[in-house]
Amino acid sequence: MSAAFDLLIVGGGIVGAACAVEASRSGLRVCLIEAGVIGGGATAAGMGHLVVMDDSEAQFALTNRSLGLWQSLAPLLPVESEYYACGTIWAAADEEEMVEVRRKRDYYAERGVPVEVLDGRQLAEAEPGLRPGMCGGLLVPEDAVVYSPVVARYLLNQAIESGAEVREGIAVYDIRADGATLVNGDWIEAGAVVNATGSWAPELTPGIPVQKRKGHLVITDRYPGFLNHQLIELGYLKSAHSVSSDSVAFNVQPRRTGQVLIGSSRQFGVDDPVVEQRMLRWMLERAIGYMPGLAGLTVIRTWTGFRAATPDSLPLIGPVETDAGRIWLATGHEGLGITTALGTAELLVDQILGRQSKIPFEPYLPTRSLVEGHHE
Amino acid sequence: MNDLISIRVDGREVTVAEGMTVAAALLGAGISGFRRSVSGGVRGPLCGMGICFECRLTIDGVAHSRSCQILCRDGMEVRTDD
Repeated sequence: MSAAFDLLIVGGGIVGAACAVEASRSGLRVCLIEAGVIGGGATAAGMGHLVVMDDSEAQFALTNRSLGLWQSLAPLLPVESEYYACGTIWAAADEEEMVEVRRKRDYYAERGVPVEVLDGRQLAEAEPGLRPGMCGGLLVPEDAVVYSPVVARYLLNQAIESGAEVREGIAVYDIRADGATLVNGDWIEAGAVVNATGSWAPELTPGIPVQKRKGHLVITDRYPGFLNHQLIELGYLKSAHSVSSDSVAFNVQPRRTGQVLIGSSRQFGVDDPVVEQRMLRWMLERAIGYMPGLAGLTVIRTWTGFRAATPDSLPLIGPVETDAGRIWLATGHEGLGITTALGTAELLVDQILGRQSKIPFEPYLPTRSLVEGHHE
Repeated sequence: MNDLISIRVDGREVTVAEGMTVAAALLGAGISGFRRSVSGGVRGPLCGMGICFECRLTIDGVAHSRSCQILCRDGMEVRTDD
């Protein structure tokens, strides 16, 4: 006797929602369960920066594939998604960072990603609010930003149109290879079960290498024209990827509304979502050091969220054998869950259906050898 | 009685008593529409004590200044609807 559903997805963030639409359109009968509201976790807490990254070949492959999928999706998105192809500028403060600009330029260009090196004068023209004396930067013009919770809701609605069922506002108590028990005692049977609960994933699948990595964000009132591109310090590579200690980096984003999102911070070992004045001050001082004019803007909200971090900074996409049988994972995206949600959905559903994947799926298998910090 | 000073509101000269808040000065000059909401609605002072942010104006080039918390200075440039 066959189950009511082919695929049960636990978690209605943007990753779960993307998996739901991909699976539904591939002919699977899908049920998605979200404990809170759709896109209410890390999806809503993050910046919504769609960015090609090159910490490793695998990270590049997944982010680049996903950016292509975002570009195809963009014309279909509702206007409230605030998709805005503002591009990213990786800003270099000194000559050492300009060496990294040129390395990054070569890496992206060899792989077909449009990029442009800016010298100090061009950078100042592109972003007049940056402090004087910056050395230059790398413009990646096709990177974009989006308001992620709206996109998560849109994707899920697309899945529903393709026949998916959604249960929102009820938590899953336990998962097994063949279904899930809800906190109200209901049992939902399915051919396969996906854990897409972000940084909460180890609660349902104990033992997987996912840790909470807390982040703070700040949003200002509307100042149209203050900022034109997503700006990230190249020192980010030194500061944000320090695996063990707290860190902050200059990372600011223009919203279509004229608002400015100011980040970023990273902390391990903190479960409390409270906004910490120490981290906020450190993060804002860093940002003001790069863009002095930020100090004069009015902040309207500050908040925190939890990234789902893995030891090698790559997500976990694929099956894992547990005491509860085979569970499929789609988690561990850390700061790239919005960018890579679409590519993740493809990789997951391709594996479930035994289809040829567009990019190799092996680097993201939960069973890979996880080595802290570096991978190639 | 306080000295009289003048500020400019959207280019128009307004004479006010020194020590008056910008919000009070505009209301006294018959201006009640201070800014537009995101959806285009007219907004003006509500709480008068710096909490509601409804009375924001661009004052001397600084956007989103709470006009109920700022005293008029001679020669001040005020813009509404920003």
